[in-house]
Amino acid sequence: MSEHKHEHHILSIKTAGIILGLLLLLTAITVGVSRINLGFLNVAVAMTLATTKALLVILFFMHMKYESRFMQAIVFMCFLILAIFIGFTFFDVAYR
Amino acid sequence: MSNHVHKDYAGAKLGMWLFLFTEVLLFGGMFVLYSAYFHEYPREFHIGGKQLDVVIGTLNTVVLLLSSFSIAAAITYIQQGKKKLALIYTYLTIGAAFIFLVNKTIEWRAKFHHGIWPDSPHLRELSHGENIFFGLYFLMTGLHALHVIIGMVVLSVMVYFLKKDVINQQDFVKLENAGLYWHIVDLIWIFLFPLFYLVL
Repeated sequence: MSEHKHEHHILSIKTAGIILGLLLLLTAITVGVSRINLGFLNVAVAMTLATTKALLVILFFMHMKYESRFMQAIVFMCFLILAIFIGFTFFDVAYR
Repeated sequence: MSNHVHKDYAGAKLGMWLFLFTEVLLFGGMFVLYSAYFHEYPREFHIGGKQLDVVIGTLNTVVLLLSSFSIAAAITYIQQGKKKLALIYTYLTIGAAFIFLVNKTIEWRAKFHHGIWPDSPHLRELSHGENIFFGLYFLMTGLHALHVIIGMVVLSVMVYFLKKDVINQQDFVKLENAGLYWHIVDLIWIFLFPLFYLVL
């Protein structure tokens, strides 16, 4: 079955190592930036860096980059729903 | 062909992801709670966050990132048919989980020592916002730690399956799904860390 071979992508140890390096680097930046007072920007920077780290984990460690379009769409929907959930709560909280 | 066992690889993966979505939404609800209270008590959350140990928090972040790498490596090795390396890296992941829990215990014990636990007499004397901050801290890191413990149990079962060749080069979806669970534990910590230890 040739199609069976196609559905398993093997993440190379080298790629995994590069991703680990990036994650550690982003962690160092997160901690470093938090020591500088930027006011509200601090929260924005911290969340942007955390989201970037999360994306790296999902795409590479969790193989999402190599999954079918169907699976990618489902995962995207899940996080979209979470974003709507948090976003709409803030329409209430922030403008009360 | 008579003893052919039907395996649905895509179905197994999809089922795991659907379960993980419930986990994401469980923590998502608490993240909403956190952000709503952070909006209300930014100053108190800042004071609360300053009392947490950034060194232990950072160390645990590094430990979890290393463990995410090691379980991903274990999956790569079993896919390449290197059973021994897959076993070693699964053991390393369990070891990292254990180190995480030891750090967490040290951290929590220090907090208890300072009279800080959910709704403790000491916290009730402080501002309402600080009390809420520590309440959320114990709830969210506690639930996360429970997931770490469950992850250790799941990974230990995977060690047994690897040894018994239930998981092998042809059939590794169990290890992949256990890995996905472990990555979600890491993913949640990636957000918990800046929200609690680095708040400004």
